[in-house]
Amino acid sequence: MSEPTLEIPYEMPADAQNPVEPFLRMDRMPHIWCPGCGIGTTVNCFTRALLDSKADLDKVAVVSGIGCTGRVAGYARLDSFHTTHGRAIPFATGLKLANPELQVVVYSGDGDLFAIGGNHFIHAARRNMDLKVICVNNLTYAMTGGQTAPTTPSHVISATSPYGVFEPSFNLVQLAEAAGAAYVARWTTYHVKQLARSMEEVMKKKGFCFIEVISPCPTLYQRKNKMGDGLDTMKFYKQMSKTRHGAPTSECALTKAGEIVVGKFVDRDRPDYFELLNSQMRESLGDRYAEPEVMCSEC
Amino acid sequence: MQADAKGVLTGVHFFDGDHACCEGTLAAGARFAAGYPITPSTEVVERFAQRIPTVGGVFIQMEDELAASIAIQGAVWGGAKAFTVTSGPGFSLMMEHIGYAAMTETPCVFVNVQRGGPSTGLPTLPAQADMMQAKWGSHGDYGIVALCPNSPQECFDLTITGFNISEEFRVPVLMMLDECVGHMTEKVVIPEAGQLEITPRRYTKLPPEEYRPYEPREDMVPDMVRAGEGYRFHMTGLTHDERGYPSMNVETQDRLVRRLVDKVKPFSGGRALFETEDLEDAQVVVVSYGITSRVAQRAIQLARAQGIKAGKFRLISAWPFPDQALDALAGRVKAFVVPELNLGQMVHEVARVAAGRAKVIPVSHAGGTVHNPEVILNAIVEAAR
Repeated sequence: MSEPTLEIPYEMPADAQNPVEPFLRMDRMPHIWCPGCGIGTTVNCFTRALLDSKADLDKVAVVSGIGCTGRVAGYARLDSFHTTHGRAIPFATGLKLANPELQVVVYSGDGDLFAIGGNHFIHAARRNMDLKVICVNNLTYAMTGGQTAPTTPSHVISATSPYGVFEPSFNLVQLAEAAGAAYVARWTTYHVKQLARSMEEVMKKKGFCFIEVISPCPTLYQRKNKMGDGLDTMKFYKQMSKTRHGAPTSECALTKAGEIVVGKFVDRDRPDYFELLNSQMRESLGDRYAEPEVMCSEC
Repeated sequence: MQADAKGVLTGVHFFDGDHACCEGTLAAGARFAAGYPITPSTEVVERFAQRIPTVGGVFIQMEDELAASIAIQGAVWGGAKAFTVTSGPGFSLMMEHIGYAAMTETPCVFVNVQRGGPSTGLPTLPAQADMMQAKWGSHGDYGIVALCPNSPQECFDLTITGFNISEEFRVPVLMMLDECVGHMTEKVVIPEAGQLEITPRRYTKLPPEEYRPYEPREDMVPDMVRAGEGYRFHMTGLTHDERGYPSMNVETQDRLVRRLVDKVKPFSGGRALFETEDLEDAQVVVVSYGITSRVAQRAIQLARAQGIKAGKFRLISAWPFPDQALDALAGRVKAFVVPELNLGQMVHEVARVAAGRAKVIPVSHAGGTVHNPEVILNAIVEAAR
């Protein structure tokens, strides 16, 4: 079976080593991610999704919080914002509301989005804010040295749970669905094509979209738990993943060594924040309502 | 440039300080506000929520003050002028994002209607005890500008000034109201839009390939861009070089942080905003700000009636502290009397500038009500002796 050739609708630099170079700040390479880390893989999928969705790259903004995944904003050659810990979503909310033309992608880690930033996540989902949230879930705080995250499964050894995690963890896809997300999917970094396809899908979908990407941290999580290196983790993902589109998210909780349910779980139409705002204001104010436009402080 | 008439409610009004402040934001061109309810400041965004749908813009009530204080910065990079409003406990929560705005040089306005603290303190009663927090509350060294209106009219006027300063210097500007000023109702005159001078955002004229986001102009302030225009710029709260890229070296840190502090230094000198009265022959100068300056006015009158040569120095811009103006006075007056609704904050700055040349007498009060003018008068009498 022959692979279809990748159509590249942009001019490649003469010295380009890789087709994703035009999407990256090559003057910032090498990146800080460890060998075997999955974040780079997700960025590759993201660039593929941007290509396939034919998005106007001048109108795509990436907002990250703090942590290993938080560094994505620094490498993406787009308008990109590296914000404070946990606050990528409220920053993205302001950015989107002031400039509705932008496609705003929040790209951050599990600790950032679901511990310190958990409150913002559920409220943005509740509002159905038109944001595309990509969470690279490596099940740990990697940047700070492998501490327990709200996603770390029971019995896992971490820097702050040296005798094993005993707190129950969040099932992110269930949380996202319950909070109101319009689109919820989960893949691992083994599922590069499916992940790229989901990313492309959310670029075209209105409302709050959430993609969880299970990703290895060989330096900390896998090493501390004797789970091997990056390649071993790929084999683990391959062996343990089961694609179940539309599976009830309540059945998709992760465990240390058990099945990883992947797929698209939720894809529903809910009016997004702007639609709700506009319809309410028109109902109350009629012609007096001035619909928010792209704001420009010099105009 | 002139104000956009859409946001200017021209006329003679009877407003409290919070409402006047809201009208100031609209006149200044703010079209985005994010807030979280907290007494005694909420009226500012309540009014904004009512007004903005017909002006054209967005108000969003966020889930907490952390969210509100960063949502406004997202909006700024999307092209809006934006602000948030809070009081005591919420101001504490916003500290991280005041630091972020300073570090990323995001022009925005934080309105803090001060109430009694610490902690939940006195939610409905006045204080001026967040003055040091305004200057030092976020970690690290950085520059901000803080303004202290003392009337509803000034809440309107100074809010416009605050937005203008934030754009000119690309700094967070802190509007340091207090509960009394926020809730007192007085006449507020809003002129025609054409009479209001508004500072536009200084966007770069360079093409994307030449633009460096943190390359300062001669006045130490870099030009801006906004998202969605093809600049593909990067912005971070990490220490960054002129390209906006993280740079973990001491030279970059020193160059950046010094510039962040130095660029607002004009407010220590010629750009300082203050009001003076009877200083020509003054032996005792009362240094005050906000609601306390209104009480001090009475004390100064009473002192003059007794034949004491008392004068007034009212801080309008409290940070950076107006060193130059106070320094000129310190050499020739006998004493400074500094009444504040706190147990001694700005008085330390007065003492620093006086440097032993004049006596510095604090008249402190833990907040909850304003001073009795007699208490300030007694301090003036004591100082003149």
